[in-house]
Amino acid sequence: MNPFTDTLLVVLLLTCFLLLGTSRLAAGVRLTAAQGLMVGLLPLALEGSTIPLRIALLAGLIAFLKAGVFPWMLLRTLRVSRTTRVTHPLVGYGTSMLIGVLAVGAAFWLDARLPFSSETESKLVVPVAFSVMATGLFLMIGRRTALDQVIGYLTLENGIYTFGLAIVSGIPVLVELGVLMDLFVAIFVMGIAIYRISREFDHIDATQLNTLKG
Amino acid sequence: MTAAPCLHIAAALLLAPLLPGVVNRTKAAFAGRRGPPLLQLYFDLAKLLCKGAVYSRTATWVFRAAPSITLAALLIALTLVPVPGAPALVSFGGSLFLFVSLLGLARLATMLAALDTGSSFAGMGASREAQYGALSEPAILLVLAAFAQTSGTLSLSRLFEGVTPALWHASGPALGLLGAALLIVLLVENCRIPFDDPETHLELTMIHEAMVLDYGGPDLAFVLYGAALKLWLFGALLVNLVLPLRPAHPTAGVGLLIAGLLATAVAVGVIESCMARLRLLKVPLLVLGASALAALGLALLLRSVA
Repeated sequence: MNPFTDTLLVVLLLTCFLLLGTSRLAAGVRLTAAQGLMVGLLPLALEGSTIPLRIALLAGLIAFLKAGVFPWMLLRTLRVSRTTRVTHPLVGYGTSMLIGVLAVGAAFWLDARLPFSSETESKLVVPVAFSVMATGLFLMIGRRTALDQVIGYLTLENGIYTFGLAIVSGIPVLVELGVLMDLFVAIFVMGIAIYRISREFDHIDATQLNTLKG
Repeated sequence: MTAAPCLHIAAALLLAPLLPGVVNRTKAAFAGRRGPPLLQLYFDLAKLLCKGAVYSRTATWVFRAAPSITLAALLIALTLVPVPGAPALVSFGGSLFLFVSLLGLARLATMLAALDTGSSFAGMGASREAQYGALSEPAILLVLAAFAQTSGTLSLSRLFEGVTPALWHASGPALGLLGAALLIVLLVENCRIPFDDPETHLELTMIHEAMVLDYGGPDLAFVLYGAALKLWLFGALLVNLVLPLRPAHPTAGVGLLIAGLLATAVAVGVIESCMARLRLLKVPLLVLGASALAALGLALLLRSVA
């Protein structure tokens, strides 16, 4: 058991609780940036003493994109769209946090019944990955504005990436670059979409999209 | 074997009023003032005990009984708290539940007395106290449950025996989370600054102070002494949790505990100097966060044991 990895994973879980409890969009974006940085560092921590150059470079690239480029784009969108600075939850913050606790419990329970925890470097990687994924999913469902949902999407992706790290040792370059490319395009499209929506309709409330029908 | 617990209780009874003094001196040092003397609370208690009590005509026996009930509950709770390296004076399986319910009884008595006065401010304080208490009790129970799980006992006295340097090494993050949760509970239960300002003079923002506005004389002395004792109780739990040392000599354990408590008081003073009060609506969220931290610590400890 590597204490550095464990501390990193626990801090990752704490950012999830903060994401569920924060009411500021900018704080949410910064939290996902911090998550991205930690997730980017994770392969280095898991690798141990000798770090191959390829993994170091890839980890650096991922950390740069997740902690640098995406937050920059999202904060810019937030500034430009000039609609709202606070999140619009469909479920209250306190209830969200309780649901987060339940999700963590469920993740640990689920992990105890799955076979691969014995193969991973740290016992915590798989349950933490599940918890982060659950938080991301909940943020996407339980929040109203488009930017909230992008934050949820990024969190979900961080969780999936952590899970992938736990299952496959090292990072298969091609797969990871493919995922990053998808993500990059997705954030790009979402950024433009949010901007367009806000220009057209004075808000980025996704529930209002229903009124476009018929 | 009973030397250390008796020594601890004597130390608690004598030194508890020192802790608020240390907190206030720390805050004064941060603000560049000299601050009140360290023994200020002792002077206050002596002054108040010499005075007579005045009771409102609308208040009943509930109001008169509450300070004694509160202080008695806290004194019994004190006998259940262990010293590092030695058991508590009273020790049996399930005493951690008795500990939490005694604290609940103390709170209930204060709240009923506050409602009994008929003052609107006191009622408001009681309502807030009930809300925060309902949120902080799950947090402390979760913290204690985590240690009950590792030590395999429900006795508060032997709960922290498993906290050794080896456990800190094996599951440091989990212990850190539980310690942070207990610190938040300590701050909210003792009405310290991110949750409540003990020195405020505006009734609208008070919580604990609003409930005891109508007390004077010996009753107020009981209330103040009880508050100091409560700070000692939670501080002792925190020291037991954080400190991995278990000295064999009983006096060394008590000395360690007192040193740890003074350090806790300084830490509380530092927190109070560095933070502003939270908005009232934000407080439940932070207390809920303490429960979340405790649940997370419990899950991590379960995982590392399994």
